[in-house]
Amino acid sequence: MHKKFFQYIGGVTLEVAASLGQIANMVAGTFYWVFKGGINWRNTTVQMVEVGYASFPVIALTSLFTGMVLSLQMGSSMRNMFNEPVYLGAVVGLSLVKELGPVLTSVVVAGRIGAAIAAELGTMKVTEQIDALYTLGTNPIKYLAVPRFISMMTMVPLLVVISNIIGILGGLLVTVYKWKVPSSVYWEDIWYYMLITDFLHGFIKTYLFASIIVFTACFKGFNCRGGAEGVGKATTSAVMVSMVLILVSDYFISAILVAIGIG
Amino acid sequence: MIKVSEVHKYFGGNHVLQGVNLEIYDAETLTIIGGSGCGKSVLLKNIIGLLKPERGTIFVDDREITSLDEKDLLEVQKRFGYLFQGAALFDSLTVGENVGFGLKNLSTLEQADIRKRVLECLAVVGLKGVENLKPPELSGGMKKRVGLARAIAHQPKYIMYDEPTTGLDPIMADVINDLIIHLQKTLGVTSIVVTHDMKSAYKVSNRIAMLYQGKIIGAGKPEDIKNTKDEVIHQFVEGLSHGPITLDLEKVI
Repeated sequence: MHKKFFQYIGGVTLEVAASLGQIANMVAGTFYWVFKGGINWRNTTVQMVEVGYASFPVIALTSLFTGMVLSLQMGSSMRNMFNEPVYLGAVVGLSLVKELGPVLTSVVVAGRIGAAIAAELGTMKVTEQIDALYTLGTNPIKYLAVPRFISMMTMVPLLVVISNIIGILGGLLVTVYKWKVPSSVYWEDIWYYMLITDFLHGFIKTYLFASIIVFTACFKGFNCRGGAEGVGKATTSAVMVSMVLILVSDYFISAILVAIGIG
Repeated sequence: MIKVSEVHKYFGGNHVLQGVNLEIYDAETLTIIGGSGCGKSVLLKNIIGLLKPERGTIFVDDREITSLDEKDLLEVQKRFGYLFQGAALFDSLTVGENVGFGLKNLSTLEQADIRKRVLECLAVVGLKGVENLKPPELSGGMKKRVGLARAIAHQPKYIMYDEPTTGLDPIMADVINDLIIHLQKTLGVTSIVVTHDMKSAYKVSNRIAMLYQGKIIGAGKPEDIKNTKDEVIHQFVEGLSHGPITLDLEKVI
């Protein structure tokens, strides 16, 4: 009984240590190839279109309604507290720019792109296409992970900026048409209460979230085993792990940024 | 020449290769036979450096490869072409791009010469006018032939065939067998074939080696293997349902 327990603990520990080592190796390999050059720009452009352009409609829709619901809820709460729907611009703007824009965009991208990366690389792994790359003199990290990393690191921050803008416009719609607050008041709130560091706070976090999504998805894809079932598991796992890591790391990165005076 | 000495490979608690010893001579076709899941493909992947053995040595042209770093290993891998079991063509690329893929990294050819070479290789495997198709548009036999064209494109010294006839109809399987023989005769390559298709093994091989329970238990010319006194090899090559292999399996079950 004791022996089995310790065997189980030992097995899990070894597995976790091996996974951490593989992730570290992959991250180091990705940065090595990014800085060494010889990036496959054709693949990178394809990935950028997939991450940026193809994700835009769903990000726009999500952001618009997030801004609208924020304004609706905050307006109602403010009216209950102060008899007037005040500070809506500041509340909607700060919530979106510092938290909801980066987090919601990243969660949507994790669901859309993280799943696609894990499924594609997982399929390549189980059909021996990754092995084929090695036999044809190509490092899979250079050929597959680097273009996805670059596309995520450039497109996700852009999506977040667009998401912030659309969310604030959504908030404006509800503020003006539901709460009958003049748009000039809404904009004035935003300019008066929001600082550039608030924007930077959310923007910096985006890079962490994008790297979490891409490295998790690549790791799950490259280590996929067991045919179609394995690909399914890798995909689900990539999305779940990314989402949990985004939400958990959000607290810690926010605490660090606040501590150093950004946001 | 390739020399495999005392190679051991584990996957978790599964001891797949248990001290494999094998020599593959230049310009011969050696076929490794053995039951499904006995480690034939694992042995191939160890020889080309896709997997690293836990113990043992593998010499490729007098160079020990198990301890090489990625850069040096790549130099050795340039000497190999590999036909994967399912062809492993890149779905996102056209047939032409698949065949020319390795040439960008493994040769010094210019773009125009790469295109010429791609068409040459496709012609060698009997395919014309397919270079703009995507892999999902091809039949199983065509995929194998494109995989073979890709494997020979950079003019390797060694070609490895992982189950080249599996999943093909008998006629297409024989076409692939003829291609293996043709390539060995015309290009003078050393071929290592992994299969459990005995008809194919007898046809293409100069020598046949049997992998059983993680070890090479016998090697020889096709006629020697056919007339072997070894009970295990005899049962396998004759495809008999009763014999030492089945008894071992029953013990495991």
